[in-house]
Amino acid sequence: FSASPPRKSNRRIEKILVANRGEIACRITRTAKRLGIRTVAVYSDADTHSLHVKSADEAVRIGPPPARSSYLNASSIIEAAIRTGAQAIHPGYGFLSESAEFAQLCEDEGFTFIGPPASAIRDMGDKSASKRIMGAAGVPLVPGYHGEEQDIDLMKSEADKIGYPILIKPTHGGGGKGMRIVQSPNEFVDSFLGAQREAAASFGINTILLEKYITQPRHIEVQVFGDKHGNILHLYERDCSVQRRHQKIIEEAPAPNVLNDFRSHVGHAAVSAAKVEHPVTEMIIGQDLVEWQIRVANGEPLPMNQSQVPLSGHAFEARIYAENVPKGFLPATGVLHHYRPVPISSTVRIETGVEQGDTVSMHYDPMIAKLVVWGENRAAALVKLKDCLSKFQVAGLPTNIKFLSRLANHQAFENGEVETHFIEHFRDDLFFDPSNPELAQEAHNTATFSAFMVAACISEKEHRSLKERPPGGLSVWYAHPPFRVHHRARHTMELEWVNENDSSGSKLLTLSITYQPHGNYHIETGESNSPGLEVQVTQLGDRDFRVEADGVSMDVSLAVFFKDRNKHIHIWHGSHHHCFKQKMGLELSDDDETQHKPTFDTASHPPGTMVAPMAGLVVKVLVKNGTKVEEGQPILVLEAMKMEHVVKAPTAGCIHGLQVAAGQQVSDSSVLFHVKDE
Amino acid sequence: DTKPQFHRITSPPHSKTLLFGRPPRYPRSDLRIFLSQLQGHGLPSSPTFNPTSTRLWLEEEQVAVKRNRSRNKLLPRERIDRLLDPGSSFLELSQLAGHELYDEPLPSAGIITGIGPVHGRLCMFVANDPTVKGGTYYPITVKKHLRAQEIAGSMQSTIGGAFLPKQADVFPDKDNFGRIFYNQAVMSAEGIPQIALVLGSCTAGGAYIPAMADESVMVKGNGTIFLAGPPLVKAATGEEVSAEDLGGATVHCKTSGVSDYFAQDELHGLAIGRNIIKNMHSAGNQGMINGLQNIISDYKEPLYDVKELRSIAPTDLKQPFDIRSVIARIVDGSEFDEFKKLYGTTLVTGFARILGQPVGILGNNGILFNESALKGAHFIELCTQRNIPLVFLQNITGFMVGSKSEANGIAKSGAKMVMAVSCAKVPKVTVIVGGSFGAGNYAMCGRAYSPNFLFFWPNARISVMGGPQAAGVLSQIEKGNMKKQGIQWTKEEEEKFKAKVVEAYDKESSAYYSTARLWDDGIIDPADTRNIVGLCLSASMNRAPETTKYGVFRIRNEMTANVVENDTCL
Repeated sequence: FSASPPRKSNRRIEKILVANRGEIACRITRTAKRLGIRTVAVYSDADTHSLHVKSADEAVRIGPPPARSSYLNASSIIEAAIRTGAQAIHPGYGFLSESAEFAQLCEDEGFTFIGPPASAIRDMGDKSASKRIMGAAGVPLVPGYHGEEQDIDLMKSEADKIGYPILIKPTHGGGGKGMRIVQSPNEFVDSFLGAQREAAASFGINTILLEKYITQPRHIEVQVFGDKHGNILHLYERDCSVQRRHQKIIEEAPAPNVLNDFRSHVGHAAVSAAKVEHPVTEMIIGQDLVEWQIRVANGEPLPMNQSQVPLSGHAFEARIYAENVPKGFLPATGVLHHYRPVPISSTVRIETGVEQGDTVSMHYDPMIAKLVVWGENRAAALVKLKDCLSKFQVAGLPTNIKFLSRLANHQAFENGEVETHFIEHFRDDLFFDPSNPELAQEAHNTATFSAFMVAACISEKEHRSLKERPPGGLSVWYAHPPFRVHHRARHTMELEWVNENDSSGSKLLTLSITYQPHGNYHIETGESNSPGLEVQVTQLGDRDFRVEADGVSMDVSLAVFFKDRNKHIHIWHGSHHHCFKQKMGLELSDDDETQHKPTFDTASHPPGTMVAPMAGLVVKVLVKNGTKVEEGQPILVLEAMKMEHVVKAPTAGCIHGLQVAAGQQVSDSSVLFHVKDE
Repeated sequence: DTKPQFHRITSPPHSKTLLFGRPPRYPRSDLRIFLSQLQGHGLPSSPTFNPTSTRLWLEEEQVAVKRNRSRNKLLPRERIDRLLDPGSSFLELSQLAGHELYDEPLPSAGIITGIGPVHGRLCMFVANDPTVKGGTYYPITVKKHLRAQEIAGSMQSTIGGAFLPKQADVFPDKDNFGRIFYNQAVMSAEGIPQIALVLGSCTAGGAYIPAMADESVMVKGNGTIFLAGPPLVKAATGEEVSAEDLGGATVHCKTSGVSDYFAQDELHGLAIGRNIIKNMHSAGNQGMINGLQNIISDYKEPLYDVKELRSIAPTDLKQPFDIRSVIARIVDGSEFDEFKKLYGTTLVTGFARILGQPVGILGNNGILFNESALKGAHFIELCTQRNIPLVFLQNITGFMVGSKSEANGIAKSGAKMVMAVSCAKVPKVTVIVGGSFGAGNYAMCGRAYSPNFLFFWPNARISVMGGPQAAGVLSQIEKGNMKKQGIQWTKEEEEKFKAKVVEAYDKESSAYYSTARLWDDGIIDPADTRNIVGLCLSASMNRAPETTKYGVFRIRNEMTANVVENDTCL
């Protein structure tokens, strides 16, 4: 475990270069700051203004956006460390953290690599090698092929031996990249080649392993931690079963429905050092594992022995992604116009690498945040998780928050019946079915209620800003409620409900808002038989309101931003979140006949006749008699008054009677040609 | 019997109860009946004021309201609500005018009048109600309209906005009706802006209301303006024509120029109406509410890169290009509210802001025709009246020549525009972005018209006419002279003569030749246009405003003897 680099001094680490981005880099920087260690961030051109760059003491640009040229560019990172005088490099997780070559390079260049030594990474990163090691250690394994020989025919025969369905997996990398499930032999070749290509593009190594595909497996990881003195601890297990696109979206620790015997058995069987920074593990043992990493890198022994490792309560981590859930969890990009995570506390942690106004780009993982909650037991933690999810505000791009919420509320999840096909299995419950009329009606009703809230809050907000800054200084004209003679002021608001689950279900809601005495609002929809609602609004902050409707008062938050000439209004109240669009300005285009088209007199000629708009010289004739032309197609060019004028076809059709030629003088209003319908 | 009983409200007894206790109560039931009379059209219902429970709408009115809705039209109070600033108050006047005055009911005298703010400016609204007797003017309607004008006039800072619906009948009290137009003219002269939104039909006398407004908007399909409607036209001349073809928005915005803004539908029209008032700048006009506050400090940059102006600058002046591509790169947020977009299209006019300062922009999109010149003059008048600085973007080869153009009175129209430019006492900044030839240079505020600043783009050219044209004219004169002397000019000699003229013109028309002689204030990088114009405007505004007075605008169609005809001066 101890690799002593040639140039390394025995001084403690005072400056760390974090070779990562996003929430991971922020997380490491935070611990380093707490320990008084200075930090250096590295960034690609896409991340120039990112939070991880701002939160570090120094930052160095390492290349263009593609990860291969920046965050995977080992030599740029080493160079940045040399320039800034960092003594240690923390690779974070993902990117270069699993590159044995990089770990080796750091050691060779005299930097402390905060993580397992190159040799361990090599074994770990190579899933085939680790399987072999685990097999040798007596750990029960899924049947599979982990050989170095990668010939496709051989692989196929191995696959036949194992039996379908088969899981194809790259030996390196992670995150579900390159993974393929093959149901039958005739799909094998395509999937195999695809996996190889993807593995090569993502990790630079295209070796593949095969495994029997287990149809209802659970994904349980055991956290282990070692130091340079030969001490190894296991920090209990966590369950990462709930996945989509082979990526975890909910993690919890400890794993539910696991017997204590199993827990200690698996714990003791785990051998090599693994990836850390799993907040759920940190929450249940109450330790900062990044701090441990730094202390281990400094050569200190682990701060406790196995019997001292506490196990307290239960923790959940929900990963909030910018993604399009109804479209198969496709990653989404865009601007985070509004971003207000729940407030952090001793039991709620937010790991995030973005701020309001940031752009989620196509270059990296579209993760927005990891929401981590802790409770005395699983049920208590789950209550907290649901509450935090309903209050986690993101607007500007689609997210999986609502989906996570539905997941957390599912009975099977509450019972801890997690497995890797959980989402697939409960698809009907988790995905909104727009064709179900009952659900659609209910969705519409809650959206209408939200629209009422929006109308009232926007009116109140408007009133407040008018009061503070009356246009033209005419404060008496902007009283609240607005004055009317013998009736009450009323205005109409058109809100387009953006239905996340069903884009065809979006609907224009026309609301009529009547200002009541004492500042209340009476709101009605244009729909007949819908009763009005009397709403009272108190504005608490710029975006926060207390709204009383029908005798019930509640907290309401609003996010308002402009995008594509539309005003977007998001509202959160209770467990609801809705989005509405309001058209801004004039989007009507008047007819496009305004350019370079002098009026000319064709009234005395049959339709389709084109006369010279002015006296001039024919410079060019672009078509011949009989040519079929489109409306507005240039026919000839006339020069007059020192300018060229393009004479265009007035309608579509066939050109007839075109007698002018280049160089010919034409008189004003003389007939140039006719366009005849086919 | 719901006939209202009016109570004479005596002054309350002076008592301690009034000062220290509960105020005395008055019988409210009668007051409620009285107030129920106010439920005219478009008044919103509310829990305490339900028009259907206290007074049933007359069947005739219900039908009219339904018909109005079916045509995608709003009721007049709804229109006003859409025009007013959101959340602002509206002081409606004389709701009970016409009450029990005639045999038939005439709610609110068929016209809604009142005061309210639009973009922070107080406006007087005058809205005709087509659901009341088809919008006919009764004598009391005229009186209510005139009273609104009177108040607007006394307030000095008000706008009469008129929505015009059917005004078909000629009614007895003719003098009174005429007074509306008289007031419009006088108020316009006093600098009270008047905007007309034509959302219905304006027939006969009603046609003059939008025609005499400073700016007017017409809605496609719904708005019409004509002195006589289709039936009368058929009776008079036998011509059969639809209302839309006779006096619809297309005709008036594109061909006749009676109206200035073309709206696709009613909501579009109302939005344009609000925009017009937003652009109505009265910086420096003393006593104006907005005053100099109308300069915005947090303005937006254009949406397009100003550096692209370097490639937009035309090097071949023969190729027409859209001047809007220049405007889009120099005005704040690339927002340009175009005036008379469909009329006289070879001159682009409109309102915008440059570095937060309001401006009126005139840019050439081709030769100046009759209509373009009239449009230019109209636009300059609007800007001078509101003290809005003018920015001229010259790329002009001149006014249209030829027999047709002369017969149309191009000289008269051109003179009108030249008059407007000359007399305009607002800051003027001219940028020559392409060609500047002949009388076009005059109409577009050339050096002789005292713009506060005048700049050239490096590609620009200026001369009385183009080189080849001048060569043609001069060689013809020379040929004539030679012929008189009996000398025969060979083709080669003629070409040589022409080439020399072209060469001389080319050299003398270059921007560098001009700037060397201080005919301008400098050659500028096109990419700097926005900043330079903005700074010039700021420098020019730093003075007391002056009132513009025009000379005689010739408006008659006959040519008069003293029109200076000059063949070479285009």
